[in-house]
Amino acid sequence: MQAKSPFLYFSSFFQQAGEVGLLLFKTFKNLFKKPWEKKIFLQQLEEVGIKSLPVVSLTAAFGGLVFGLQTYVGFHRYIGPGSETYGGPIISLGLSKELIPILVGLMVSGRVGSAIAAEIGTMKITEQIDALFSLGANPIRYLVVPRTLACMIMLPCLTIYGDIIGTAGGLFYNVYIMGVNRVLYIRYTLLYIQMWDVLSGLIKAAIFGIVIAIIGCWQGLKTEGGAEGVGKATTQTVVVASIIILIINFFLSKALPG
Amino acid sequence: MIRVIDLHIAFGQNKVLRGINLTLKKGETLVVIGQSGSGKSVLIRHLIGLIKPDKGEIYIDGVEITRLKDDELHKITRRFGLLFQGTALFDSMTVAQNVSFGLERYTDLSREEIQERVNENLALVGLRGIENLMPHELSGGMKKRVGLARAIAYRPDIILYDEPSTGIDPIRADAINDLIIRMKHELNVSTVIITHDMTSAYKVADKIAMLYAGRIIEEGVPADIKKSQNPVVQQFIRGRAKGPIAKW
Repeated sequence: MQAKSPFLYFSSFFQQAGEVGLLLFKTFKNLFKKPWEKKIFLQQLEEVGIKSLPVVSLTAAFGGLVFGLQTYVGFHRYIGPGSETYGGPIISLGLSKELIPILVGLMVSGRVGSAIAAEIGTMKITEQIDALFSLGANPIRYLVVPRTLACMIMLPCLTIYGDIIGTAGGLFYNVYIMGVNRVLYIRYTLLYIQMWDVLSGLIKAAIFGIVIAIIGCWQGLKTEGGAEGVGKATTQTVVVASIIILIINFFLSKALPG
Repeated sequence: MIRVIDLHIAFGQNKVLRGINLTLKKGETLVVIGQSGSGKSVLIRHLIGLIKPDKGEIYIDGVEITRLKDDELHKITRRFGLLFQGTALFDSMTVAQNVSFGLERYTDLSREEIQERVNENLALVGLRGIENLMPHELSGGMKKRVGLARAIAYRPDIILYDEPSTGIDPIRADAINDLIIRMKHELNVSTVIITHDMTSAYKVADKIAMLYAGRIIEEGVPADIKKSQNPVVQQFIRGRAKGPIAKW
């Protein structure tokens, strides 16, 4: 097999980035154009939000527990016994600004992003998207806009929910398992955590939602070659969306104040 | 009503259409025949704007559609009904939802009137009582007929049929031919049909055009096509394995 030249890799990367950018542009251009696909939008809200609750609950709970565990160990070992009460704000800050938005983003990209790519990819190879077009429906408005809006709205909701579950997990480990003073733990948490810490996590989550939906739709819309193509599209969606989430999370953390 | 001028399209190195010229008047039925893979479906997809040509123009009632923006193009394509070769039914919707898709979006009909129109169209294609079934519960032939009911449901001005009789028994296929003729007479629709089925072609066509090597090599009324002196046309319409057309 002949190796691909670096130039081809670069041109392919820019071509794909251009395709994603164009899809994003078209999606936002169609966001407020009629007809609104209310029924599909509501279905997607349920698909992205309600149906993701179990997986988000589990990951947030165990994320909070393990973060609580390591924070406790850190304070206990390096600062000394008694200092573990300061773990509360650290846990809440870390969870709401970084860990929960990332975990929710990765979980939803695996659960919803892959489903979007598989559904749209199957529609593509069975000519259903062409059928939409032939019946006068704009595929971007019908397929991409409701999914993008649903992900953009539901990821922050899931993140808030995950923040609560994760923080409760951290508190549970420190207070009820390790015996840290409950009153001081909660007081310090409320004292040092700021509204902006939570809000910046929600902004990130909304952006991750857009990334997941757009990558899933993009992969779905360019699916070719039958069942194998659908399989590739779903895998690519999860891999690409997860990588983008991790990369832009760093830049968002740097860019967002606080 | 439809005018195609010097249409060219290539996919990579494969030049599929190399200068197609066609004209279809209001209420006329054109049947395009040609080998599998000769570009017939590609031609029909150009007419509805699913593919943009590399070169050439397509006029629908005087409007050149190949350079229209999506929203403007959709206003034109709402006048089309297209029966897909593979039916392309929406697999997450029931039969009734499939048939009513265009009606719900682009007509002012009430819910009851839409229901009535769905039943009427399903009855037209010989299907009753299947409104609530999902596409995966239907046979291939039934899917084809539901696809046909969907294509004609909102009474388009132009109907494109991509192999309407493929996968259907001869009796049903003839019933579909009758339906195509009936739609033409009752609604004065313009029709483009792609088929390999010469019996069907002779029955429904006002004009037959043969697509070969990316060009229309013969065009005329069925009687003229039958009498064509072109050996390629003769080989195709008679279904002979031996002749100037390469086997594979």
